[in-house]
Amino acid sequence: MLKRIFAISKKEIRQLKRDTRMMFVLFVFPVVLLALFGYAISFDVRHIKLAVLDKDKSEMSRDFINSLLSSEYFDMTGYLYSDNEIKEYLDLHKAQAVLVLPEDFSKELSRGNEGILQIIIDGVNGNTASIILNYMNIAAISYSNNYLDETTAAAGITINPAIQLEPLFWYNPSLNSTYFLLPGLIAMILIITAVVSISLSIVREKERGTMEQIFVSPVSTIELLIGKTFPYTIIALLIAGLILLAGYILFDITMKGNYLLLLLTTLLFLFASLNLGIFVSSVSETQQVAFQIATLVSLLPSVILSGFIFPIESMPAAIQVLSNITPAKFYIVILRGILLKGVGLEAFWEQTIYLLLFALFFLTLSTIKNKKARTV
Amino acid sequence: MKIIVHIIIKEFLQLKRDKKLFAIVFLAPVLQLIFLGYAATMDINNVAMVIYDNDMSSLSREFAEEFRSSGYFEVIGNVRGYDELTENIDEGRAVLGLVIPEDFEKRINRKETVKLQAVFDGSDGNKASIASGYVQALISRYSKNIMLEQIENSGRMLSIGSIIPETRVWYNPDLKTRNFMVPSIMGLILMVITTVLMSMAVVKEREIGTLEQIIVTPIKPYQLITGKLIPFVILGFIDILLVTGIMVFWFDIAIRGSFIFLLFASMIFVLSTLGLGLFISTISKTQQQAMLVALFGLMMPMVYLSGFAFPIENMPESIQVLTHIIPLKYYLIILRDVILKGSDFTDLIPQTLILFFMGALILLLSALRFKKRLE
Repeated sequence: MLKRIFAISKKEIRQLKRDTRMMFVLFVFPVVLLALFGYAISFDVRHIKLAVLDKDKSEMSRDFINSLLSSEYFDMTGYLYSDNEIKEYLDLHKAQAVLVLPEDFSKELSRGNEGILQIIIDGVNGNTASIILNYMNIAAISYSNNYLDETTAAAGITINPAIQLEPLFWYNPSLNSTYFLLPGLIAMILIITAVVSISLSIVREKERGTMEQIFVSPVSTIELLIGKTFPYTIIALLIAGLILLAGYILFDITMKGNYLLLLLTTLLFLFASLNLGIFVSSVSETQQVAFQIATLVSLLPSVILSGFIFPIESMPAAIQVLSNITPAKFYIVILRGILLKGVGLEAFWEQTIYLLLFALFFLTLSTIKNKKARTV
Repeated sequence: MKIIVHIIIKEFLQLKRDKKLFAIVFLAPVLQLIFLGYAATMDINNVAMVIYDNDMSSLSREFAEEFRSSGYFEVIGNVRGYDELTENIDEGRAVLGLVIPEDFEKRINRKETVKLQAVFDGSDGNKASIASGYVQALISRYSKNIMLEQIENSGRMLSIGSIIPETRVWYNPDLKTRNFMVPSIMGLILMVITTVLMSMAVVKEREIGTLEQIIVTPIKPYQLITGKLIPFVILGFIDILLVTGIMVFWFDIAIRGSFIFLLFASMIFVLSTLGLGLFISTISKTQQQAMLVALFGLMMPMVYLSGFAFPIENMPESIQVLTHIIPLKYYLIILRDVILKGSDFTDLIPQTLILFFMGALILLLSALRFKKRLE
């Protein structure tokens, strides 16, 4: 049995070696993509385009505006003179937010009342808008606090701030969203490479008729599938190593956890992805269909359903169940755990077991499906 | 002209026979939009937190209650020690662990400053920074009330103003990420379907050898190209109608601007995706190659560099420059602005023009390259 599996693997490796263009795509693209997208993916909102309409024109209003602009969060892109300009600035993307200081802003504030600021935000991107909202709130609070200190000091009262917050950010102290997103990018590149390459390699044999030749040989279905998977596992593992190395060199993702655990879980994830690819091949007759199905089950789900970009907790319950179709969901939890938190198996044993079950489930399903095809 | 019509009919016949492909072309966009539309939400509703109260005084309990009733936090439990707090954060159950020191009440009564520790799971930087904003706002308000009380108790008359931000959110007042994502997913799906179909339709003929048969017939290259393109333009058009229908009737996202302009812009966008599909077909020998190039060289850059999920403004300068050559970027701006902002053609002239010239250029170059390969 081992001999036959070995023979299939050898044939597969020889075929792959001959297709140099394909090998180039398989090894170079993932690294280039990681390098490129690693810099592009970020939710960190800085340099928000802010337009200001200062109707008050007092020292206090200028002071507040300067306090906003002195941070790296806001850049002033326009100084407005009337309300009519607000619409133009937001409609034409000249500003992401407009700050309006009403005429009585400083007067009300010095009388001890509330100084109302108006902030108009372009809400098209809800996430960016909530972050801008958050920054504005904090800016208003810290300005108010300073103002409180100044007034009490001027009145000769000494008073200590009651509570001071000392925030500690674990795992990622600079709150850089790239660290969080990179494991998702890695998982996505790996799953697509695995699913697409193996499913197409099998379907191609079907299309060309060489699959029938294999079927008449003494090789059994399970031997064929394992023999096919083996070389692709090695290739995918090499790609995984390259990507992680690139992540280490380019983005300084320092490894906090155990290397052996990383290797084993990666292997398991690749095994699961390849089996998903084998299943895709068993339901498709042409490469065109195989590719469409492969992208359907690998590309978009691994981007959108895996928790890579969109938190799974925010999804409706039915979609949360559906998100289990992508092994990337589980691998991302594991990768984040090992790379960022340095936790061990105790934190993600459920995900590990799921990956194993996932792989076995699809292997069985494709074996049954292929056996049927064989007897027909 | 007659020849072109024949090629179009041939393409449609082929598509009709391939039942699976036919289903994928029409069903997949609809299902994808529905599922992904529900999945694509980044709304952070409640921050899961644990509280480690060392003080257990009435004041500390009152303080903890502030978090419970604020509507921004979900207190999943009280913990009895740092180990338990660490465990909750390590395993991802809580994003925030708040530590109230044992002298909380005492220090406040003595008018001293209490240092409050808050531990955040920073691995999701986006979530952590929003959560810390909520905490900061709540604590500042609470702290300020205590100080004002202290001033009042000291018998001094002093009224102190504060700044209140009054926010108005335009175009998407509920700040729902779904309203932003659904139009984007529409653009993405349209791109995937048209590019892949186009590139595969040509490469398939080459692989099977039927392309050579066509070459020896009196069909001219431009007739072949037009005949191949038109069916996919029609399919793309039907797909646009399907996905817009789902968006409007299923997700209840109304198109505020002109629907006609939206269709027009979509057709222009399809020019460039079909051109890219044709281009891929000219550089690939096998379908496998065509697909991997389409996936890695085209679709993934489109996903990440178009501003689909990651705002272009957040990218480093050098990457921002790169996004200028991504047609999807301009199409997404048009889609979002027309659907959410109600913009019309006059607001979007630059984007429309860029998209048009880009599409025309890509299509022309690919067609020339294709023609050369045929000869």
